[in-house]
Amino acid sequence: MIPPAFEYARPTSVDEAVSVLADAGEEAKVLAGGQSLLPLLRLRLAFPELVVDVGRIPELRGVREDGDTLVIGALTTHHDVIRDPLVRRHAGLLAEATATVADPAVRHRGTLGGSLAHADPAGDLPAVVLALDGEMVVAGPSGRRTVPARDFFVDYLQSALAPDELLVEVRVPKTDGWSYHYEKFHRVAQAWAIVGVAALVRRDDGRIAEARIGLTNMGSTPLRATAAEEALAGADGLDAVARACEAAAEGTRPSQDLSASPEYREHLARVLTRRAVLTAGGMG
Amino acid sequence: MTHIKVNVDGTTYEDDVEPRLLLAHYLRDRLGLTGTPIGCDTSNCGACTVDLDGETVKSCSVLAVQADGGTVTTVQGLAKDGEWTALQHAFHERHGLQCGYCTPGMIMAARDLLSENPHPTSDEVRQALEGNLCRCTGYQNIVRAVLAASGQQVPEEATA
Repeated sequence: MIPPAFEYARPTSVDEAVSVLADAGEEAKVLAGGQSLLPLLRLRLAFPELVVDVGRIPELRGVREDGDTLVIGALTTHHDVIRDPLVRRHAGLLAEATATVADPAVRHRGTLGGSLAHADPAGDLPAVVLALDGEMVVAGPSGRRTVPARDFFVDYLQSALAPDELLVEVRVPKTDGWSYHYEKFHRVAQAWAIVGVAALVRRDDGRIAEARIGLTNMGSTPLRATAAEEALAGADGLDAVARACEAAAEGTRPSQDLSASPEYREHLARVLTRRAVLTAGGMG
Repeated sequence: MTHIKVNVDGTTYEDDVEPRLLLAHYLRDRLGLTGTPIGCDTSNCGACTVDLDGETVKSCSVLAVQADGGTVTTVQGLAKDGEWTALQHAFHERHGLQCGYCTPGMIMAARDLLSENPHPTSDEVRQALEGNLCRCTGYQNIVRAVLAASGQQVPEEATA
């Protein structure tokens, strides 16, 4: 299938990219690694007048530390995220979940920022960054602003990015001392998650002191399982964890599709949250 | 039209292309390199896998303009002076193909694996090929071919 015709711009700096986007109004799409956008174009589900290729802006790539925070350039590929020593040490959940995204060839091209800006609730990384309490740094014509992950995912395939804004960095607090696991349930290798659960657990004297749970594909945006998080605080032992995880689907609104009914997704959320928390906590 | 300059299998090409032209179509329709097939057109099957600047990509999911200035290796660029690589020999000897449609992508993906991990386990081979579908379902011999190419003993019975 052949994409619809579009104009093409290849800015070489963030300022130039923002200026090109501002001139184009709502008719432009940003191209990063292209692993979400190109399939949409080929299937003729998107008809941008202008594609702005930010793939050659070096300042958008790479990982650095900023005190207790890890700063990941939006254009850093999945492949590079998985192998980055800083990510592995300070945000291991992100490395583990990224290794489950699609397949090696897609991970060579696909980027962290692209996955988040695409805002697909079935994508793995939005729920992970939400569980990590991450923040997005966004560049626009009037400068930069920071958007917490909980405000970034607005609706299905819709982020808080304005048409003239570019996602430049993802900031995640270091999670040293937390253990973690991403539990993904999919039909075949490389398919999207029917449901996924990103769990972070901090244990204290054997009990779970604190848990953070991000849910993939349980609504029109990634969600936090806040009721389960509250129930898990102080949970001691397998039975207590299992009881707390029964609350994992509260407040979710999962969709119906060929793979699953909403009720089945709710069931999966409870089961997968239990598995993710037990694995993360070394109790499984 | 956008002007691009790309090295493909050792030859440098310069062309004016529409920005919407996919790398897969550029290779096949403009350069005549039909050794890279297009299978699913939805980034699933991996038949169109090529190497771009040292990493595998699905050429149906890359624009030709994104390859501007880059170096592409297709399955047609692997043999040197008509001599197959060890990996190509292994696919031949181990019968790592039935209809052959997925083979170029399988070989490019396996080549990428072996460059990073010269002695993979059977499980690692399967993980590395997760983005490549064989609809003849001839996976056992494909895995054996990759293991054989890595110089490892290959059990004749299924290993997984």
